[in-house]
Amino acid sequence: MKLINSVKKQNYLLLLLLLIIPVVALWLGGDSEFGGADGKVVDLIDAQQTAYVPWFENIWAPPGGETESLLFSLQAALGAGVLCYIIGYIKGKKAAMEAASNE
Amino acid sequence: MHIMEGYLPVQWSIIWSVAFLPFFIWGLKGVQQLITQTPEKRMVLAMVIAFAFVLTSLKLPSVTGSSSHATGMGFGTALVGPASMGIVGTIVLLFQVFLLAHGGLTTLGANAFAMALIGPMVTWLVYQGLKRSGVSFRWSLFSAAVLGNLATYMVTSVQLALAHPDAVSGVGGAFSKFIGIFGITQIPVAIVEGILTVMVMNVLVSNGFVHIDQLFSKKGLVGFKAKEVSHEVN
Repeated sequence: MKLINSVKKQNYLLLLLLLIIPVVALWLGGDSEFGGADGKVVDLIDAQQTAYVPWFENIWAPPGGETESLLFSLQAALGAGVLCYIIGYIKGKKAAMEAASNE
Repeated sequence: MHIMEGYLPVQWSIIWSVAFLPFFIWGLKGVQQLITQTPEKRMVLAMVIAFAFVLTSLKLPSVTGSSSHATGMGFGTALVGPASMGIVGTIVLLFQVFLLAHGGLTTLGANAFAMALIGPMVTWLVYQGLKRSGVSFRWSLFSAAVLGNLATYMVTSVQLALAHPDAVSGVGGAFSKFIGIFGITQIPVAIVEGILTVMVMNVLVSNGFVHIDQLFSKKGLVGFKAKEVSHEVN
């Protein structure tokens, strides 16, 4: 149990650290809109003197920002759902085994 | 990190796809081995894909005033090994191509080469190197995940520079421009990825799901049996 408690403490500290980074980034970034870095790459290529014409376009693109954020949330929700389901399973299994060995 | 659809000339799109193909087949074998073994290993694979889904959906603001996202490849490499990550990475990339129009089919080979091959490879090598030289488990894992993430963006910049060399300063000049966009932006994002990787791995290890010694095997969880591990904890 001692090991588990120290790991828990470590995870709380890590969580705090984790939250600090984007907050500091938002503060340092000033009044930027925080556009995607890959979009900036596209801008850079488009700005090059010898004009590059993309020869293929996405088969389907979300019609707008709202649909895009819907699909992004869906991706995160799916991932978090599966991940947390499995972690719950692991914890439950461990608790059941401990209970069984205590009897 | 995705190179947008159509933004690699035809020849580069073919070159990177062909370069990634053998590793894709290697990955298929790795995944096949995982899913034909114990149900626990299938669960591990599901968890690895889920982690990558979450991390690639988080577009984090960075100090430079632009956003970028983590890859989640380091966590997966620890659990299923570098080979299977080729498939995991490709699944995530395809999801983003078809549903979000991020990245593309013509750039899939290049993106997979950077994210699903070089990232996991670097992660694996860094971990082995640090662990052998006596660095603690958590620092090794953290550094491996961070450097794997940075390596991915390094490769993406090389790929872009090769395809779009600067008219004056050539490939080198173009590389420094692209790495200028990705480089500093990516450092805090990579650190976030490293921290998240250690946090989730902490949960798995402290609950006796995996043992530290089982992580980062070549083929992924060699000799992994969930029941035995649970007994060790008791």
